[in-house]
Amino acid sequence: MAATLPLTTYYLPFEEKLKQVEEQIRKLEELSVTNALDVREEVESLCAKREDCLRKIYEQLTPWDRIQVARHVQRPQTMDYVDRICSEFLELHGDRAFADDRAIVSGFATIDGVRVMLIGQHKGRDVYERSQCNFGMPQPEGYRKALWKFKLAEKYGLPVLFIIDTKGAAAAIEAEERGQSQAIAYNLMVLSGLKVPIVCVVIGEGGSGGALGIGVGDRFLMQEYAYFSVIAPEGCASILWRDASKFAEAAKAMRITAPEIKQLGIADEIIGEPLGGAHRDPDAAANMLKDAVARNFRELLQIPIDRLLEERYKKLRSIGAWLENGAKQGSAAGA
Amino acid sequence: MALAGRRTGPGEGNGRRTVRTEAQFLKCENSACNKTLFVKEVQKHNYCCPACGHHFRVSSRERVQITIDSGTWTELFDELEPMDVLNFQGKKSYQQSLKEGRQKSGEKEAVICGACKVKGIETVFCAMDFKYIGASMGSVVGEKIARAIEYATAKGWPIVIVCCSGGARMQEGVLSLMQMAKTSAALQRHNEAGLAYIAVLTDPTLAGVSASYAFLADVIVAEPKAMIGFTGARVLEQAIKVKLPPGFQESEFLLKHGQLDMVVPRAQIRSTLGKLLTYATAGGARKMQDAAKAPRSRLEFAKAPAQAAASVTGNGQAAPKKKAARRKPAAKKRAAKARAGR
Repeated sequence: MAATLPLTTYYLPFEEKLKQVEEQIRKLEELSVTNALDVREEVESLCAKREDCLRKIYEQLTPWDRIQVARHVQRPQTMDYVDRICSEFLELHGDRAFADDRAIVSGFATIDGVRVMLIGQHKGRDVYERSQCNFGMPQPEGYRKALWKFKLAEKYGLPVLFIIDTKGAAAAIEAEERGQSQAIAYNLMVLSGLKVPIVCVVIGEGGSGGALGIGVGDRFLMQEYAYFSVIAPEGCASILWRDASKFAEAAKAMRITAPEIKQLGIADEIIGEPLGGAHRDPDAAANMLKDAVARNFRELLQIPIDRLLEERYKKLRSIGAWLENGAKQGSAAGA
Repeated sequence: MALAGRRTGPGEGNGRRTVRTEAQFLKCENSACNKTLFVKEVQKHNYCCPACGHHFRVSSRERVQITIDSGTWTELFDELEPMDVLNFQGKKSYQQSLKEGRQKSGEKEAVICGACKVKGIETVFCAMDFKYIGASMGSVVGEKIARAIEYATAKGWPIVIVCCSGGARMQEGVLSLMQMAKTSAALQRHNEAGLAYIAVLTDPTLAGVSASYAFLADVIVAEPKAMIGFTGARVLEQAIKVKLPPGFQESEFLLKHGQLDMVVPRAQIRSTLGKLLTYATAGGARKMQDAAKAPRSRLEFAKAPAQAAASVTGNGQAAPKKKAARRKPAAKKRAAKARAGR
């Protein structure tokens, strides 16, 4: 009976009321089929109730609620968007040195007529994919794969689109052995001077250095319920509160939701999502994403590359908040 | 370094140093050694245990004192101070942490930068201080490091950064994360200019600092048995639920896995830096750049007759001039490529 309801079967803890209404609708629709009853009117009124309920819930999300939306198991992932926003996608594999990290997807893509190099983190949508993709947590070879691809984009003069969705870079013995730090650091350095326009979009989780490793560019966009953080709230809680269960407080204190990141002068734009999050209507979410990305690329492609690099540098250099001879300075000084 | 006699207790404030009588001695932190050591003796050994060679952590001032040529230090960007922009309220407020950091270290922030000489070579030098909130990188650390790098770029000097940090400073949220990108961007320009950057990684160099400027150096030197990595051992152990092998993430482990250039005991850091800087600034880089420039002029000279021919057979005199003008940026690009490929 998916005709009236999106196929959301996994409800978040704060969606209890919504779950009840949706279950009522489902039952009613089932009854109408088995008993050949006309329940259209009842369903319609329930649907209005459902939308009202959804709006109310999503108007008052706490930072921690938003993180749960960003982590929703049915939230569209990089490959879901690739399928929807690219008229063509030619996947390119491997880092030419060690492996093909499946946590990073890369390839030539055409988005709304703009040819780009698309590089994104993919978490995996089922058990098999997740194990292949290491839950979207790239190993050093993943960052080196990305490096290889965006260097190629520079050679071909193609703009780069980064799609960010990761809890963080892989935490593993082999990641340390192969230089996770160096892999990320080197990307940061090269990206700051890469001679093509770069657009970064956070579509879910923007986890720490793992996100930043493919997150330096000219425009930094975030979907409405995405977050971007220096450390996972659980990690912050266990270090600063010495109690991992204080994650909700940590999420609030660190100001990691999309609107707050914009306020701090880091995100340039927030891309809207359908009511109740991208997972309730992936097609609509993809359309909004596509429009924003294509528009930003069109704007950036107008700017001469020297000026673009200068502006990129200025933006990176200004981020922060500090006191200089007692006066507030930095991009976030007034936030 | 936890030298009891030089430590200012939390209750004593005012940055005043109190000397206690028991402060003449301290225990070696290495549990296998555990010897009682005479403080002065430890200081004489560059803050290392004279018996087992254990490296105690040193403050940023002590680091400067044991590394650079004495009397050459001019501090830079001392006017920058941290602010609590997020109004961060944890179990302990950020304001409180900053206050304690200032008291413990006697510094305004977790890094000090300056212009100085090391073995007679002019360089920019930065040292981090673990006692200041675990030498974590917030806006000020990132800004000071970036300014120091830009200063070196402007002067045409090398830069030496003695790293030591628990990572990004959580109390400044994502602003601290972005300092990784900021410092890396500054280094990109320093690197582009063909200038040398040497990093000395000390215990511990982790996460945000390790995944930015620490691992972007031309030559990476580490002190023995320093903990270096992206994910700290404690967090990693919790994440993968496996007991980590002994020596994991220590300098020697990284050296074995090709992540470092050398592991050098503290007593030899200064002389090693001197040698490295000599190679880096001896003119090798300059000569390469000059060589890259030289063929350009020869090339233009070689092409001159062809141009003359074109102007005779061509439609006018304006066309060849344009061609020559167009050629110049291409030659510049070649020179830049030669430099980048160096």
